[in-house]
Amino acid sequence: MNGDYLELTDVRVTFDGFVAVDSVSMTVLQGDLRFLIGPNGAGKTTLVDAITGLVTASGSATFGATQLLNQKVHKIARLGVGRTFQTASVFEELTVLQNLDIAAGAGRGPLTLLRRRSSVPEEVEEALEITGLGDLRDKQAGVLAHGQKQWLEIGMLLVQNARVLLLDEPVAGMSAHERDETGQLLRRIGAERTVVVVEHDMDFMRSFATSVTVLHAGRVLSEGTVAEVQADPRVQEVYLGRAATTGEVRS
Amino acid sequence: MTTLEDKTKPAPTRAKAKRKGELPTAIGFIALGLALLVLAPAVLSDFRLALLGRFVCYAIVAVGIGLAWGRGGMLTLGQGVFFGLGAYVMAMHLKLADAGADGVPDFMKLYGSGEVPGWWEPFRSPIFTIVAIVLVPALVAFGLGAAIFRRRVRGAYFAILSQALAAAFAILLVGQQATIGGTNGLNGFKSFFGFNLYDPVNKRMLFYITSATLLLMVLVVWQLYRSRYGELLIAVRDQEERVRFLGYDPANIKIVAYVVAAAMAGIAGALFVPIVGIISPASVGVVPSIAFLIGVAIGGRSTLFGPVVGAIAVAWAQTSLSESFPSFWTYFQGAMFVLVVAFLPRGFAGVGALLNRRKEKTA
Repeated sequence: MNGDYLELTDVRVTFDGFVAVDSVSMTVLQGDLRFLIGPNGAGKTTLVDAITGLVTASGSATFGATQLLNQKVHKIARLGVGRTFQTASVFEELTVLQNLDIAAGAGRGPLTLLRRRSSVPEEVEEALEITGLGDLRDKQAGVLAHGQKQWLEIGMLLVQNARVLLLDEPVAGMSAHERDETGQLLRRIGAERTVVVVEHDMDFMRSFATSVTVLHAGRVLSEGTVAEVQADPRVQEVYLGRAATTGEVRS
Repeated sequence: MTTLEDKTKPAPTRAKAKRKGELPTAIGFIALGLALLVLAPAVLSDFRLALLGRFVCYAIVAVGIGLAWGRGGMLTLGQGVFFGLGAYVMAMHLKLADAGADGVPDFMKLYGSGEVPGWWEPFRSPIFTIVAIVLVPALVAFGLGAAIFRRRVRGAYFAILSQALAAAFAILLVGQQATIGGTNGLNGFKSFFGFNLYDPVNKRMLFYITSATLLLMVLVVWQLYRSRYGELLIAVRDQEERVRFLGYDPANIKIVAYVVAAAMAGIAGALFVPIVGIISPASVGVVPSIAFLIGVAIGGRSTLFGPVVGAIAVAWAQTSLSESFPSFWTYFQGAMFVLVVAFLPRGFAGVGALLNRRKEKTA
C-alpha cells in the first residue's frame, strides 16, 4: 500500500490547437501534501480535469500500476481517485448524512439500493467525526456555511475511499480560522493518502504544503519544498513576487 | 468535535424522527385508499364512477411521471408512447378474445386481408398479454433510455426528444389501418378476461382493480423514495456530474426511474382500454402526453401524493368545466399551468412546505 504513488509523465492537453497543459511530469508520494500553484490560466485545473477523466489527454498518469488517462469519469473514481471543485458541489436538498452515504455507496448492489438505510455505515461515522460535521448530520447540505460545504466535500472523498485526493481551491472564500481548520484537516487525512491541492492562497500554501509544483503556461516551472520554490528566481519573476505581495495584503 | 457520547445519543431519536416522518404518509395512503375504494363507490353513480376510473388511470401515469420528472429531473413529455403500448396490447387481446378461438377481429374483415397477422397471434394468450403490458413499455423505455442517457442528452433536449417520439408513435399508428385500426383505433370490446363488459357489476369490479393498482403503484414509488436509490436519484437530478465523480454511472440510475415510469404508464393504458372502451391514436399522441404532465405539475411533482391528487383533480375539473363551458376549458387549463409554473414551482403540495418554512422563520 505504501508503494502507491501518483505519477504523471508527459501529460498534454490541447483544446483546438491551444496547448493548455504541455508535457507535465510529476510524482506525488503518499503522505505528501503537494500544492499545485501558478498564475491564472497556468493549466492547474485542466491538469486535474485530465487526471479525473473530464478532458482527454495524451501521455500517462498512473496510480499504482493503473493508467488513469482517458478512462470514463466514474471508472477513475472507482479506482480511488477523488476530487473536489472550485465551487462546492454538494447535494443541497439532501442531508449531510445522505451526502456522505451516497459517496460511500458506489459499489452497492441493486438490492441494497432499493432498501432503506438501516444503520449508518462505519466509514460515514468516521468521516462525520474527522470533518467535525457530526452535529450537523441531519441538516440539509444547502444550509451549511461555505466552509462546512467544503469540509463535507472532503468527507465525501474520505468515505468514497479515495486514495488520491485532488482538491481544487478548497479554501477559496474561507475565513482565516476556517482556512486553518481545513489545513489541519488535510494534514490529518493526508498521512495515508496522496493529496494534491490546487491553490491561490500563498499563506495557506506556506503553512501547510510539504512540497510545491509551480505551473506556468501549461509547463512545470519549478518543483521542491516551499523554501526551494520561493528561492527560485524564475518563480519569483512569474508568480511569487507578485503573489507574495498580494498575499501579504490579504492576510 | 464530536465526542463518543454525542455519537451514541442521537441514534434512537433519529430512528423515531424517521418513523414520525412516515406517519403522515401512512395516513395519506389510508385516506386515498378509503376515498377510492369506499367513499367513491358509495356516493357516485355508475357513470361517474367509470369516469373516475379513467382519471385513476391518468393518476397511475402521473405517479410514474412524478418519479421520473419530480425525483429524476427527466421531463417526460412522451408518456403517451408507453400508455399507448400498454393500451394497444390490452386492446389486441380483447379484440381477439371477442372474436373467439381462431376468430378474426371485426375491423380486420372490413379493412384488412381478413386474416390475423402473425404478430397478433401471441396476444390470444391472457398470460402473454398481461406480461407484455408491463414488459413491452419497459423494454422500449430501456432501449430508449440506454441510447438517450448514455449520450448525456438531458434537460430541454430530452423533453423535445420524448415529445417527438410521442408524435411519431401516433403517426405510425394512424398509418396502420389494416392491422391496428388506424385513426379509429381499436374499440367495441365486449368482454374482459371472460367478464361481460356491459354488466354494471363487472364495471364496478374494474374500478376496484384500477384503484387497487394505483394504490400499489403509490406503494412501489414510496419504497423507491425512501430507499437509498431515492436519495441517489435526487442527487443525480441536482448534480449529475458530481455523482459521476463519486463512481456512479448516472445513466443507469436514470434508466431505472424511466423504465419504472414507462411500465406504470403501460399498466395505466391497459386498464384504460376496458374502462373507456376505445383506444385510438388521439389518446396517445402529443396532446394527451402533455395533459398527463399538467396534473403532476399542479399537484406537486416531487411529492408522493401530489401527482395522484393533481391528475385526478385536473381531469375532474376538465370534465365538469367542459360540460358547462365547452370552449372554455383549454384557456383554464393553460392559465392554471402558467400560474403554477410561475408561482408554485412545487405545485400545490409545495404550499404546505412554504407555509411551514415561513412559520419556522418567524418562530
